[in-house]
Amino acid sequence: MKKIFYSFALLALVTFAHAQVERGNLLIKNGTVLTVTKGTFENTDVLVKDGKITQIGKNIAAPAGVKVIDATGQFVMPGIIDAHSHAGLDAINEATSPVTAEVFTGDVLNPFQVTLYRALGGGVTTIHAMHGSANAIGGQCETIKLRYGVKDGDGLRMEGAPRTIKFALGENPTRVHGGGSSIVPRTRMGVEFVIRESFSKAKEYMEAWDKYNKAKTQKGFRGTPPAYNLRLETLAEILKGNIIIHCHSYRADEINMLLNVCKDFGVKRLVFQHVNEGFKVAPELAKFGAMASVFADWWAYKFEVYYSTAYNAAILTRNGVVTSINSDDAELMRHLYHEAAKTQKYGNLSDDEALALITLNPAKQLGIDARVGSLEVGKEADIAIFNSHPLSSYTIPMITVVDGVVRFDREKDADDVRIYVDPTQAVDIATIQGGEQEDHCMDGAEDAFGKLFGLN
Amino acid sequence: MKRKIQYILALAVLISMTVQAQQPKGKYATFALTHATIQTVTKGIIQDGTVILSQGKITAVGANVSIPAGAEVVDCKGKWIYPGLIDGGTTLGLSEVGSDSRTQDFNEVGDVIPQMKALTAVNPNSALIPVTRISGVTTVIAAPEGDLVPGTAALINLYGYTPDQMYAGFEGVVLNFPNTGRKGFFDRRTDEDIKKAAEKAMTRINSVWEMAVQYYKLDSATKSKGVGYYPEMEALLPVVKGERTLMIEANASKDIQAALKWVKDHKVKKVILTGVAEGWRVADEIAKANIPVVAGPVQELPTRDYDRYDKPYANPGLLKKAGVKVALRTAQASNVRNLPYHAAFAAAYGLGKEEALRAVTIVPAEIFGVSDKLGSIEVGKNATVLVSDGDPFETKTNILQVYIDGWQVPMVSRQTLLYDEFLHRDPGVTKN
Repeated sequence: MKKIFYSFALLALVTFAHAQVERGNLLIKNGTVLTVTKGTFENTDVLVKDGKITQIGKNIAAPAGVKVIDATGQFVMPGIIDAHSHAGLDAINEATSPVTAEVFTGDVLNPFQVTLYRALGGGVTTIHAMHGSANAIGGQCETIKLRYGVKDGDGLRMEGAPRTIKFALGENPTRVHGGGSSIVPRTRMGVEFVIRESFSKAKEYMEAWDKYNKAKTQKGFRGTPPAYNLRLETLAEILKGNIIIHCHSYRADEINMLLNVCKDFGVKRLVFQHVNEGFKVAPELAKFGAMASVFADWWAYKFEVYYSTAYNAAILTRNGVVTSINSDDAELMRHLYHEAAKTQKYGNLSDDEALALITLNPAKQLGIDARVGSLEVGKEADIAIFNSHPLSSYTIPMITVVDGVVRFDREKDADDVRIYVDPTQAVDIATIQGGEQEDHCMDGAEDAFGKLFGLN
Repeated sequence: MKRKIQYILALAVLISMTVQAQQPKGKYATFALTHATIQTVTKGIIQDGTVILSQGKITAVGANVSIPAGAEVVDCKGKWIYPGLIDGGTTLGLSEVGSDSRTQDFNEVGDVIPQMKALTAVNPNSALIPVTRISGVTTVIAAPEGDLVPGTAALINLYGYTPDQMYAGFEGVVLNFPNTGRKGFFDRRTDEDIKKAAEKAMTRINSVWEMAVQYYKLDSATKSKGVGYYPEMEALLPVVKGERTLMIEANASKDIQAALKWVKDHKVKKVILTGVAEGWRVADEIAKANIPVVAGPVQELPTRDYDRYDKPYANPGLLKKAGVKVALRTAQASNVRNLPYHAAFAAAYGLGKEEALRAVTIVPAEIFGVSDKLGSIEVGKNATVLVSDGDPFETKTNILQVYIDGWQVPMVSRQTLLYDEFLHRDPGVTKN
């Protein structure tokens, strides 16, 4: 009996801990408030109650006991959202099959990565923790908030954010599967086929279940249900519009291909990632309503990005495509505000347009724009404070707030912010970074790929 | 019929002219850049001043300058003139497509191969070069990478059709000092393996240097006759003599310390330290050794999980504060154009704007021994300058014109051409 009581108590405790997201109260005083959607206001306050923005205005009195941040001379903007990241994950590529819709990065969240804190140091509050690009249809991804300090991976989840899945076109899936394992796809023709075949099978599966579900309500029904299949189940959810596709892509032809495939299967929620040649098919993307998440200026790290231009984001924006700037990289993630600012050099975007690339637009791409992505009453209090205009090259992120809780404070934070210290970690070994830039969508898969050819 | 042919010919001429208009050529003339705010770097800022560029040189600078007859006058009212920016370490010209080894010429086979010359392999027609130079970066170190001594790096100007036309007057032998750190995330060697590899490399370097010293003695004794064909030794000879700079790449603090000791022990005369990611940890020791550094990339991750998040940004400032002479580098090929932004980050996190500007102009010019030609706007220096509508470290600023060695460089690259073609694509979604 006692045992049962303890079990219940433990269950209650676990449930409680699971559901508990820390939400704070704050008053940010006297800053220049960049709302992104409703204009810029000088000498303005932002009041946060229970993790949400409750008031934006002048001379707001601090409620009793509420922490006040003096932002005089500083700039207050929505927390930055990175629509393409692999941070916070213990695994990225399930590179064992061209289709792995059944796996989910949300199962391998790692809240201890210092990378998450470093991103907060760049004003980032929400990231799309994505599966890699080894497979034509990769795994499902998780949208997480940078609540650095929580010790349970579940505590990072942005509860209620729409489901997303990674697709990948071009060199990566063809290299891993056609090149590495001699299975389809080896070419862009094969990639199209793999996706069409998967959607077709999912459609059959969906129809079989619909038929069964309908039949079983009939009196005297004696049939058996179709075999449950998590991969097809997931793909069917894409066809039903319940999962947003985020597709790794570079070349215009392959982008056009997926637009056509999605048209044929009635799939509408489609975001292209990297999409370096998106500018070449911007009118087609706009017409479809597909969105684009791009690098500001990365190019030439592989052949399919050789014909790129840093004007990509501006061309897409001017053609009416909802565009964001992402990082796909732990370093780049630290200065997305600077990456967004480059669109002012390459294409002359306005301040609000440039800021939307890292706030409202990625929020739209993740289906969370009703909750985050701008400073508006009712939205979640994910806020970044900079010491000068965030689009200046000299700016420094000072304070980053997630759900009304200060998660980064440049003036107060310790040098060593590790939550968990690996006892086997060598203290005296430095990691010297390369300098050359490339996408990280093949992390993990490269390793397997290399082993295959005896490269490492 | 004749008329038809004339018509076709005229059309052909017209078409060829249009093509030419899209791909303008550089122009070499006497230019008078007037009414500009001139950031000389070494002699302050001149308001409403004029810079005369003639015969590839800066022939006059100041507020009261007479314009030579026949000069092409460029009104720079409301604009700024800066010296061309210098990147102290790249693989520009040696790498075209990152993942394709057939387009990479910075990593030859062999552990000690100083005779491999980067200048030979620089591709003047790389698509990456115009992308870089129209952002105001006019001069870069093109450096080989690879094993212990991967070759000889060269300073190049980013305009010209042959390596000779691009050569900017400095070459240095690269030494990758034995590395006790991990080479990025994918380096999965055990700590023990890393240690062993570093020790082995150290032994090798010591024996190579010993051989080079022996070669120098033989060479001196025989007056350069009868020493036989030893290309590696021949390439190291000027380094031993102190006529050529040894560019030592060292990043982990222990490696920097070991490099400083090695330089001292072997009495190496001309040395630059490059990379120095953990320079801030041992800044006083570098300052004491009086060895200049080319630091960077600045936009980089910390080398250790337990280090403060902004250390790579702060590194140049901390080195400078300790008294080290600091130039900057991007260590890239495709995005060397971001050098001004690396400098801006260094400025914001402690180096200061003035020193950050020096770190990409006059300081690298001094370190590479070409400050008589580059790095500031002074009479007699090369006509290598940029004209901008503001601070070139800000992303809002446009670089309006670049001059390299007196050549007015066409302000186009493949990236701007793609912008012109695709901003309003024609046809759009429907062809007719």
